[in-house]
Amino acid sequence: MSDETKTEDKPAAAEKEWQPRIIAFVCNWCTYAGADLAGTSRMVYEPHVRIIKLPCSGRIDVSFIIKAFEQGADGVMVSGCHPGDCHYTAGNYHARRRFGGFRDLLEFCGFDMRRVVFSWVSAAEGKKWADLVNEAVAKIRELGPFKEYQKLLAEDIWRKEETNSDRETG
Amino acid sequence: MSRIGVFVCHCGENIARMVDVTRVAEETAKLPGVAVSVDYRYMCSDPGQNMIKEAIREHKLDGVVVAACSPQMHEPTFRAAVVEGGLNPYLCEMANIREHCSWVHTDKELATQKAIDLVRIMVEKVGKNQELFPIKVPVTKRALVIGGGIAGIQAALDIASGGHEVVLVEREPSIGGNMARLSETFPTLDCSQCILTPRMVEVDRDPRITLYTYAEVEEVGGFVGNFKVKIRQKAKSVIADLCNGCGDCWNKCPQKKIPSEFDAGLGYRTAIYVPFPQAVPNTPVIDRERCTKFLKDKCGICEKVCTLNAIDYTMEDEIIEVEVGAIVVATGYDLFSVGKDQPNEQWTGYGEYNYDAYPDVIDGIQFERLLSASGPTQGEIRRPSDGKEPKSVVFIACVGSRDPEKGLEYCSKICCMYIAKHAMLYKHKVHDGQPYVFYMDIRAGGKNYEEFVRRAIEEDGVLYIRGRVSKIYKDGEQLVVVGADTLSDSQVQVRADLVVLATAIVPHRDAYELAQKIGFGCGSQGFFSEAHPKLRPVETNTAGIYLAGACQAPKDIPDAVAQAGAAASKVQLLFSSDELEREPIIASVNEATCVHCRNCIRVCPYSAITDKEIKDKKGNLIKMVAEVNEGLCLGCGACVAACPSKSIQLAGFNDEQVFAEITALGSG
Repeated sequence: MSDETKTEDKPAAAEKEWQPRIIAFVCNWCTYAGADLAGTSRMVYEPHVRIIKLPCSGRIDVSFIIKAFEQGADGVMVSGCHPGDCHYTAGNYHARRRFGGFRDLLEFCGFDMRRVVFSWVSAAEGKKWADLVNEAVAKIRELGPFKEYQKLLAEDIWRKEETNSDRETG
Repeated sequence: MSRIGVFVCHCGENIARMVDVTRVAEETAKLPGVAVSVDYRYMCSDPGQNMIKEAIREHKLDGVVVAACSPQMHEPTFRAAVVEGGLNPYLCEMANIREHCSWVHTDKELATQKAIDLVRIMVEKVGKNQELFPIKVPVTKRALVIGGGIAGIQAALDIASGGHEVVLVEREPSIGGNMARLSETFPTLDCSQCILTPRMVEVDRDPRITLYTYAEVEEVGGFVGNFKVKIRQKAKSVIADLCNGCGDCWNKCPQKKIPSEFDAGLGYRTAIYVPFPQAVPNTPVIDRERCTKFLKDKCGICEKVCTLNAIDYTMEDEIIEVEVGAIVVATGYDLFSVGKDQPNEQWTGYGEYNYDAYPDVIDGIQFERLLSASGPTQGEIRRPSDGKEPKSVVFIACVGSRDPEKGLEYCSKICCMYIAKHAMLYKHKVHDGQPYVFYMDIRAGGKNYEEFVRRAIEEDGVLYIRGRVSKIYKDGEQLVVVGADTLSDSQVQVRADLVVLATAIVPHRDAYELAQKIGFGCGSQGFFSEAHPKLRPVETNTAGIYLAGACQAPKDIPDAVAQAGAAASKVQLLFSSDELEREPIIASVNEATCVHCRNCIRVCPYSAITDKEIKDKKGNLIKMVAEVNEGLCLGCGACVAACPSKSIQLAGFNDEQVFAEITALGSG
């Protein structure tokens, strides 16, 4: 059963069109404050991003990004202080190095890297934050829902054996 | 199952206009673990806070989520309220539905959905939060002041008056900074040295102040209340304890043609020198790059003439270690360089002003030295090229300032005033001379400032021309200044004997490096960043580090002094208690699973993680693990992400909490 047939059956569902779901992992000192500045400056931007705050981009574990996609995100943003401006001196350098390697790994696995946005946004760059969000949302709209991953989930390849055996015993 | 209370704020209309707050409360009430969810007009008000406190008691809450403004704004408010309600403060989190939601979106439906999500994230997180307790650390009641200009001097004196020890570090051989180079100060025209030098002497005489001149801060470690600082005392080659400042050495020094930094290149100094006669301390230093003794191993005259045997050519740099509880940074400013020699690629200089080619095109600080009674001309206005008295002087405002194309975007703030002062003082000294000023706007916002500029125009006949200068060229002995007069919409040419450029104020050339060394932020223009532009103007984002003077932004003397006093009072506030409470957001090691790979030790920016031996009862080594020093850890969490065996966790941001936040957004 595809989504299209559902929509045709129930026209009311058309109102609930697909909206991009983006999770942003940001550091507390630069990007979070930059997003605050976008707020105090009333810069209007797309409402599809949900921020998860961490003390530093150095705290952002690559597994967070995987987890976000596993939970149905269509895109992920990662943002911290500019190189050299880290509140904790060097956390963003560690982050940069870690994501460099991680990025290669994802690409190797055939992952569409356009769904992950890495950036530096300082506490003074409210405009940059707003622009980044708008660009990310536009890009994800273009790419559409992250069906590949959701398909894997739907096919339940991760847990199939486990659930089947559970059912059998149950 | 947890019992969480959700409190949704309207913030008047600020949130409620764009977010359906009632629906947010209704929807989040349905979330598992939420015991109560309400909305209110102003959560931060007394009745709002009481609502939270009562709900904690009534519903026996074990977690609170306040959906309101940014936590930067009111997290301390609500955490304090939660404590009064009987909960640990770290069981309260804020969902930012104002700055990150209602203020930036225009679709009410989508904004409401986002607000619900943001609350849901925090509900899931709070469910995993643990009680945390502040860490207590002792305070070293000694302050370090970096920079001995007027701001550093004021801060040092104020902190010392409060009864605390101060270590004042100045890079130059004397304190005094840029203010010591000024002739007279606006708007009162009192002599700069006359008001400054008594303060300098006070610094030298105060037993609570330890002064290191010709010294630089090499390294800063530690944290608020407990900084460890290494100071490099450069070799002065003169033993300060023996020297009485008689001046025999510098009077006899044969190297007499070294351009004086203090006189901005208009005068000369010797190789062994004090920068200016009123220097504090009055101990000379030997400039080893210019001294014949050091360059060719000849001369040695200063050693011969010194009757006190104070000259020591073998002296070496010394590293001095001090422990301080607070640091005031007062490193001041440099001037924008007009010529070819530029500190970075962004700046191109003003080739059309021919600053490099024409000696009679000078900058503001050079004109100050010409005006100064202790300057290279003893206060007579003589132009550098031929020593003649200039009969026509053109002052050009905003050279580098307010010019994003060639220089800097910002206003340097003090130039309008000092140009008026310069023109006025020039007129007072050269009665038949004519000063002209090319300006964009006159910004004279300060007490008695506007009146001062008016006096220059009306009483001293300074001719103000509103427009920019496009070119300066030489015609015979004179300079021709070509510019626009935008008020009459015409091009003007002014023949001048001397041109003075009001160059922009820029951060000290080593400002960025120093900020990196100490660990606080610089803004995009390179000036040091204050923690909050309005409410915390003298603090940095790093606890225990304060700013004073023009290192934070262009400032005149009254502003610099006011900020220095404010920084000093903040330091004294910090020193008013024996112990500090620090946020318990720190990392800890699970020794059972740690494999001692030392990744965490390598990434920790504070050297807070060290090796630890685990031994059995007999004292045999069983294994090595990592250990976090609670006093040093500042909670960045780099170690957590670097740990391959997930054996380090950061309180307040552990993996379980972050995964709960992500899962909160899940589709299923």
